[in-house]
Amino acid sequence: MDFTSFLIIVAQGLAVIVVLMSLCSYVVLAERKVSAWIQGRVGPNRTTLPVVGAIPVIGPMLTRLGVFQPAADGLKFLFKEDVTPGHVNRPYYMLAPALALVPALLTVAVVPFGQYVTETGEVITLVLADVDIGILFVLAVSSLGVYGIVLAGWASNSKYPFLGGVRASAQMISYELAMGLSLLPVFMWANAPGSDAALNLGAVVHTQQGLWFAIWQPLSAFIFLVALFAETNRLPFDMSEAETELVGGFHTEYSSFKFGLFFVAEYAHIIIGSAVFVVLFLGGWHPLPGLPLHVEGLLGALLSIGIFLAKVFVLVFVFIWVRWTLPRFRYDQVMHIGWKILLPLAVANLVFYALLIALIDSIG
Amino acid sequence: MAKQATEVSYGDVLSRLARGERELEAESMTLSMGPSHPSTHGVLRLDLDLDGEVVTRCEPIVGYLHRGDEKIAENMTYNQFVPYTDRLDYLAPLANNAAYAIAVEKLAKLDVPPRCQAIRVLVSEMSRISAHLMGVGAYALDIGAMTVFLYTFTEREKLYTLFEQLTGARFTTSYTRIGGVARDLPEGWLAKVDGFCDQFLPILDECDALLTRNRIFLDRTEGVAPISREDAIAYGLTGPNLRGSGVAMDLRKDVPYSGYEQYEFDVPVGSRGDCYDRYLVRLEEMRQSVRIVRQVVKSMPDGPWYAEDAKKIFAPPKEKIMTSMEELIQNFMLVTQGPQMPAGEVYFEAENPKGALGFYIVSKGGGVPYRLKIRSPSFCNLSILPKVAVGCMISDVVSLLGSLDFVMGECDR
Repeated sequence: MDFTSFLIIVAQGLAVIVVLMSLCSYVVLAERKVSAWIQGRVGPNRTTLPVVGAIPVIGPMLTRLGVFQPAADGLKFLFKEDVTPGHVNRPYYMLAPALALVPALLTVAVVPFGQYVTETGEVITLVLADVDIGILFVLAVSSLGVYGIVLAGWASNSKYPFLGGVRASAQMISYELAMGLSLLPVFMWANAPGSDAALNLGAVVHTQQGLWFAIWQPLSAFIFLVALFAETNRLPFDMSEAETELVGGFHTEYSSFKFGLFFVAEYAHIIIGSAVFVVLFLGGWHPLPGLPLHVEGLLGALLSIGIFLAKVFVLVFVFIWVRWTLPRFRYDQVMHIGWKILLPLAVANLVFYALLIALIDSIG
Repeated sequence: MAKQATEVSYGDVLSRLARGERELEAESMTLSMGPSHPSTHGVLRLDLDLDGEVVTRCEPIVGYLHRGDEKIAENMTYNQFVPYTDRLDYLAPLANNAAYAIAVEKLAKLDVPPRCQAIRVLVSEMSRISAHLMGVGAYALDIGAMTVFLYTFTEREKLYTLFEQLTGARFTTSYTRIGGVARDLPEGWLAKVDGFCDQFLPILDECDALLTRNRIFLDRTEGVAPISREDAIAYGLTGPNLRGSGVAMDLRKDVPYSGYEQYEFDVPVGSRGDCYDRYLVRLEEMRQSVRIVRQVVKSMPDGPWYAEDAKKIFAPPKEKIMTSMEELIQNFMLVTQGPQMPAGEVYFEAENPKGALGFYIVSKGGGVPYRLKIRSPSFCNLSILPKVAVGCMISDVVSLLGSLDFVMGECDR
């Protein structure tokens, strides 16, 4: 490997961190603003910057929109006292927040976010690492995120985090199954005889130039979305946090930046989850079902990224909307839904599409 | 030495347990929930024994907010104790004020004029709405529906504005006096109350729509921690918690006081006594309270708003104190000696938002009670916890606490 390609890789890595982190902080802002909107409040509207906030008209407007709030939130996480309780298992306690965030940052590498059409009409998928095992990598790495939570619960050596950790591990394993099974029909369809999509995520988007998978396979999309809610620990499935039951769940004993890492990890998981959902079910960067995007050059690339991000944000909004509308399940009910409803449904869905594809294949 | 792993089936564990072989019994965990816990609404502490997440023993530990209100009462005049009643059920201070004043007036065998009675009914019902809004909102919050909590809180804010216009304080109202109320209704206030009722019902319907038929809310509350009729009575439950178990006991109907008999309202009762029924009862009680408020607003009698002829109990108007000798002396005696009560004892219970709030007062004459005992509904309602919490999961304990809707200020006194 020569020095330039090494630099490119480093730049890509930095780009991931910078883009994802800033996206995360603005999703946090969106959560605060949307929840305020839902609840008839105003939300953050005071934080301002000395120079930018003083610009007439624009400055106060940005302040009211809370645009500077994420910076204040981030700084707060950095400058709060970092308390390490005496009863924790130190090495694991330190390791857990990092372990929660790293998988989220890793998965972003394989998620395609746009396309570049050359003058010759060749379509290049914009993705940091165009790996053939695409979805397997996403599933494998994102499921590692649970170790951060379990480890945090365990290392805290305290009862509420312990309960949170136990809940998290059971819940994640249960929903991982349904999630994986709900994705199989998608890839079976994308890999229908005569195509060469493999498990590559970009290829799945290309097969959705016609109808989206959310329309072809609504049940798969639904199961995947529900499992996604559970995997990201969001209400109504936020068993491991459940602040009114377990105080803070796994992060009860964490403060300052360590808590901040968990916090960012949660939102990073939401963004990645939404992105994967958009790629698999909502046609990626194709604007409408049956209307593929085919604009050449840089403009087309920017357009595709814009459309993709817009869809991701819509889905993030759904995440926020659901959180502030629904109550929380009980732990055993979450298990019940996972094992007795979603899993059989996912298996039935899989069998149905397997038979359907076989049928179409034998006819055609 | 490493133990040899053996295959264990569930039945095997049970039979071993039955034979007293404890080695396979899982270790149980003792969890101290509270006094500082988001869903113990104040400073209740629950000592829980957990088998996994299932509660096997629950011991409520109360007293963290004990201030000795009953002893304090023995060292001050009857009127001076009114502010302390604010701090009993601090979600419905006006109802406490009214209940206390009525109890002392019963001791003095004093009848207050109809306008005073109507004002007290009005403020009691408004504070019932306010308390139940908090109860339902906090209940929803405990279960995870935070938005409902903010909706109900917005409504409480409007009520607080009305209370402020009436009493000068939003929270610690101290509105009643022995023999009357602190001041008459402000001009145009009744119209504002009516206006509040008009806009309140649609918002209540909205909260209703968010929770009552919500599948997750039903899963979390239906059939959870049911309290049977017999248990509810045996443990001395009162208020919505008793009515949720199907006992139609409401002191406003059964032993009407302060003119409650003039107003038409229904007493909602539950059928199963589970958390869901207690929620439904509270929701319906708010609608009934709106009905009462509207009737009171419509039929508010004119006339004096305090017992004018009770010269040794109620202070005369300020302008008379400043201009007339007799009233000045009367005021001086009241301030220094307190309202003069005959010797005797009295027990009075009022139907407060949380249940039957009772005052037992022993007087040896004079302006200071010899003994004042408060029967606090929250304390009695919590007594059933060790019975119903067993077998619940931690999440159920949270719904149970929310559905019992207690206030520690009143429980610990």
